[in-house]
Amino acid sequence: MRESYGEGTGCPENCNAPDLRVQIGSLVLRNPVMTASGTFGYAREFENLVDLDQLGGIIVKGISLQPKPGNPPPRIVETSCGMLNAIGLENVGVDRFISGKMPYLRKLSTPVVVNILGDSVEEYSEIARKLDGVEGVAALEVNISCPNVKKGGVAFGTVPEMAARVTEAVRQASQLPLIVKLSPNVTDIVLMAKAVEGAGADAVSLINTLIGMAIDPVSRRPKLANVIGGLSGPAIKPVALRMVWQVAQAVSLPVIGIGGITTANDALEFFLAGATAVQVGTANFYDPSSTGNIVQGLKGYLQEQGEDRLVDIIGTLKIGTD
Amino acid sequence: MSEFQQKCSLVGRDRLADDVYRLTLQAPRIAAHAQPGQFVMVRVSDGLDPLLRRPFSIHRVFANGDISLLFKIIGKGTEMLAHCCLGDELDLVGPLGNGFVLPDEGPVCLIGGGMGIAPLLFLAEQLHMTGRETGNDYVLLGARTQDELTPLDEEFAALGYTVQRATDDGSIGHKGFIPDLLDFILPEMTQVYTCGPHLMMENVVRQCRQAEVKCQVSLETHMACGIGACLGCTVNGKRGLVHVCKQGPVFKAENLEWSLE
Ligand SMILES: Cc1cc2nc3c(=O)[nH]c(=O)nc-3n(C[C@H](O)[C@H](O)[C@H](O)COP(=O)(O)OP(=O)(O)OC[C@H]3O[C@@H](n4cnc5c(N)ncnc54)[C@H](O)[C@@H]3O)c2cc1C
Ligand SMILES: Cc1cc2nc3c(=O)[nH]c(=O)nc-3n(C[C@H](O)[C@H](O)[C@H](O)COP(=O)(O)O)c2cc1C
Ligand code: FES
Repeated sequence: MRESYGEGTGCPENCNAPDLRVQIGSLVLRNPVMTASGTFGYAREFENLVDLDQLGGIIVKGISLQPKPGNPPPRIVETSCGMLNAIGLENVGVDRFISGKMPYLRKLSTPVVVNILGDSVEEYSEIARKLDGVEGVAALEVNISCPNVKKGGVAFGTVPEMAARVTEAVRQASQLPLIVKLSPNVTDIVLMAKAVEGAGADAVSLINTLIGMAIDPVSRRPKLANVIGGLSGPAIKPVALRMVWQVAQAVSLPVIGIGGITTANDALEFFLAGATAVQVGTANFYDPSSTGNIVQGLKGYLQEQGEDRLVDIIGTLKIGTD
Repeated sequence: MSEFQQKCSLVGRDRLADDVYRLTLQAPRIAAHAQPGQFVMVRVSDGLDPLLRRPFSIHRVFANGDISLLFKIIGKGTEMLAHCCLGDELDLVGPLGNGFVLPDEGPVCLIGGGMGIAPLLFLAEQLHMTGRETGNDYVLLGARTQDELTPLDEEFAALGYTVQRATDDGSIGHKGFIPDLLDFILPEMTQVYTCGPHLMMENVVRQCRQAEVKCQVSLETHMACGIGACLGCTVNGKRGLVHVCKQGPVFKAENLEWSLE
């Protein structure tokens, strides 16, 4: 199916185009469409395919204190309307990120958010400290939700007290706006959101991938070397939307919606459910033009609806008969 | 390096064997930048299932800006691709990856198994175009049966290469495997280029190592992005994991881990 608020409906900069600006803590985004961590590399990978200066924000691949080699291959499997990955957080480590990747990223006009992860509370705060004051880093997104690491990671994202401790530690280590990224692999995501809100987060983003698996019946083996992996893509959108809606009602922080977003209509569902911004993940792989199309589509929608500002439609979901 | 996302109109569709197709697409920007060994990521449908793009080697590049892909139906993505009609538009991203390093000296041997033939025709044409004497160069092609080799074998022969064939059923050429043919030729060669099933390439690499002949291999792995962003396409290199879409798909054999011994 084709996007109904597709390309070409946007208005040139100088006419009174709808205002797409949103605010996450002290961070103002020119539009609410960001790229999700781990699906946009360190941005340069997309420089020929995407106008990086037109994005609302760029969230780079998760960074740890030391470089990580990641999991053995095979690391990805396609599933119905989605994919499983068990990359295992392969990354260059915070020092090489700052020296090797930031010089390119800070030349962009788009805010760069660094996704961070650690095996211990101390690691989280040490990475945060190292990134604090680095020119061009606009905010931190604390990943307490990756399903592909064995140590610590899972507990941080599933036990409210642990999530709060990590959040507090990062809050103390850094002045930067602080987004905490939540895991869907919990019984009650609202509890997690409230825990990190109480601990000083400026925003929450959700969801990370859902834990899943796939099996090859012929070899009777799991399709991922790691056996289990994280499910992402359009297949997870209804789950993500439900969780965003529940969390947006329960906390007063801005909520960033993530999960299966490909089109402007997908993104609109999240705004109506209460998201202040969205992140596009897996769609970057199969359609690098999706972020640009979403921005254009949002403008078209607002114009058609007679709305001047995107913020006015956030959380305007109608439930019931009135 | 430049890469493009481009909607490309299907201008040619040939069925070469039961399940082998050659599609020709108008892709001027990709064609203008393509090097042999590079690939494209193809969106096989507008829908969400299948979701991911499919990687295919650039099989041929034409002066008018067309490119060809050669593929075999193996699952739902290639099945849908095979049913595309002339005039349909396919969304391509490319050209991607590093491509083969062209030889400084000759003679060279190109070894393709199955659909591994695909990138080698582009390589052969490029070598031919550089004005190189192809008379002492060899092309070894392997397939299940004769149907899968024609007309490809003739296209290599038309460029002046000495073509030898191997088929599983013996319907044409040697009955058996390509590496069987290589023993006689290898001592004359300065470099081997190979693409095909992993087991075949492993054997080729072993023979090249014994004969001390340089060897470049083109690998396949599952890919989500094709541009170095997802980190999904890793294989074991000599010094840790390598990403096939970015550091490859072509590698010097000695830079990879092989289970040779
Ligand atoms: C760099 C590169 C170049 C290639 N060039 C060619 C070519 O020129 N001609 C050709 O016939 N094939 C080529 N392949 C293999 C081709 O990509 C697969 O045959 C195709 O993706 C299968 O898709 P499917 O939907 O029919 O299969 P399905 O089995 O339904 O696919 C499921 C998933 O597995 C992946 N997959 C399945 N088989 C392979 C494979 N062998 N290699 C990589 N991924 C696979 C698919 O991309 C998809 O994500 C190439 C692969 C790579 C990595
Ligand atoms: C290949 C891959 C790698 C990812 N790596 C990270 C990561 O490093 N840090 C993180 O917080 N999320 C990571 N994610 C999760 C995404 O940021 C996102 O939350 C998830 O994919 C759901 O969104 P989507 O359905 O739009 O892809 C990764 C996802 C994928 C598919
Ligand atoms: S396919 Fe995504 S990094 Fe290679």
